[in-house]
Amino acid sequence: MKENLFGKTLAELQEIVLEEGMPVYTAKQIANWLYKKHISEIAEMQNISKENRLKLSEKFQLGLASPVKVQTSSDGTRKYLYATTAKKFIEAAYIPDKTRATLCVSSQIGCKMGCLFCMTGKQGFQGQLSAGEIVNQIHSLPEYDQLTNVVYMGMGEPFDNLDQVLKSLEILTSEWGYGWSPKRITVSTIGIIPSMQQFLSKSNAHLAISLHSPFEEDRKKIMPIENVYPLPELLEAIRNFEWGKQRRISFEYILFKDFNDSQKHVKELARILNGIKCRINLLRFHPIPGSPLKSPDEKDIVYFRDQLNAKGITTTIRASRGQDIFAACGLLSTKELQNNARSVDY
Amino acid sequence: MNKKQEHQLFPVEVLELKEISTGIFILSHKREDDFLAGQVIAITDEPKDQPRLYSIASGVNEKEVRILFNRVPRGRLTEKLVNLKRGDQIYVSRPFGKFTGTTEPAYWIAAGTGIAPFASMFYSNLANGKILIHGGRNLDSFYFKEDFLRVLGKNYIRCCSQEHAPGIFNGRLTSYLKLCNDLSKTHKYYLCGSAEMVVETRDILIEKGIPFSNIIAEIYF
Repeated sequence: MKENLFGKTLAELQEIVLEEGMPVYTAKQIANWLYKKHISEIAEMQNISKENRLKLSEKFQLGLASPVKVQTSSDGTRKYLYATTAKKFIEAAYIPDKTRATLCVSSQIGCKMGCLFCMTGKQGFQGQLSAGEIVNQIHSLPEYDQLTNVVYMGMGEPFDNLDQVLKSLEILTSEWGYGWSPKRITVSTIGIIPSMQQFLSKSNAHLAISLHSPFEEDRKKIMPIENVYPLPELLEAIRNFEWGKQRRISFEYILFKDFNDSQKHVKELARILNGIKCRINLLRFHPIPGSPLKSPDEKDIVYFRDQLNAKGITTTIRASRGQDIFAACGLLSTKELQNNARSVDY
Repeated sequence: MNKKQEHQLFPVEVLELKEISTGIFILSHKREDDFLAGQVIAITDEPKDQPRLYSIASGVNEKEVRILFNRVPRGRLTEKLVNLKRGDQIYVSRPFGKFTGTTEPAYWIAAGTGIAPFASMFYSNLANGKILIHGGRNLDSFYFKEDFLRVLGKNYIRCCSQEHAPGIFNGRLTSYLKLCNDLSKTHKYYLCGSAEMVVETRDILIEKGIPFSNIIAEIYF
């Protein structure tokens, strides 16, 4: 099978062209065609000699993949399903708003983290995405031209696939790539500390932390990662990092009725986040099949937000989008996966 | 020791590498630090490479630290680990993590090499009042079975999905759990294995009325 060109960094393209006996500047030309234009085959790279295009085509293919399915919500949110190798599927959710249009991309096929509230976790871990497969979700999006922001909050834990995520960020933010400002990109993690530290030193994109409880014992009940990288250590690592003026950290907090929505939680959040310049995004929990966790009432979400704001923590409620198409990641791909199921043996 | 030092890597010499079943290895090195049964260490062969986490499988009072791992085809680290010899150098972190054993009655539920933290708890004298359910594909997947059988007796339940043998449940451990109608709602349930196993097992336990707050999971990643 031919190797994909899409998803290669400039350094990797330089290696390829040198190996093929082409001038080194050809690498930048290829990057230009791959990431700044929308071509569908190598033959369209017109400023590269015909001989070199043929040489490339013998060993490589572009490696782009259009979405195989789309679901459209009445609020304009669209969920795209992309096929990966071996009949596996990933999702990307396009969320248009008044002044911005955000794409929520996946970084893995399934997830290993096993969070109790997550639908993606139900399909277990199916595999890693390559940088090309991550960037393809953006590049092959029909609404590509409208996109203003990208968030790595789809399927998977980005820092469990750090190398490919960093590579995708390099492609998105480099001058030879898409040339996006890293301020348009947010990467979300449940808190794999060593990988988070590497990300902070190697990329300038924003960081979001899935928090969901300020108490270690409660977090442990819903997020197994707490057993490995406990919250106090995570917060210590965040405090120890030199945050520039431009870079933002936010905490995602899904509200679960009678679990993490009390005054005690407000107080503890204010205590543990004291001194960290951040914001909290509150999300309403949308129940998933078989989940023991419940969705809170609207008035309780508003009250929780107001209490946090009163404590000096900028807190917003993230509007639920695409509810009629179950835009929360994992549902569509899990369904597709079940259609092609091969049960895991243990 | 502060938290920063906990994740730092330092060199240790390999004491022994033993293949205990096809593709399943025990790697040991001298114990340098105290640890709690159930904790993990980060391991790598090259300090510049991202280490992988492995649960310690040995007891807290033993002189060596053992880890249990399976050879991952084309796996960056395990393909190197399987070629180690006594005296070779690897890099490990100090033990860390909070998936730790207690003396209270509990279920220990593991699949495959997910048995490692429970082996550590077992060899640290925390087996009293525990019910161990271990799932494996083949009959040779039940590592440390002689010790578990001797101490736990009937409370050591093996579930084998691909082979039959007397006294061993034929099927996945999740199939076994589905048939259990007398699971205690007050015991703690410790789970360790792949994401698939942990998520499916947790769903079954919740469906059987076990409060999710009594389910504590360790995941491989």
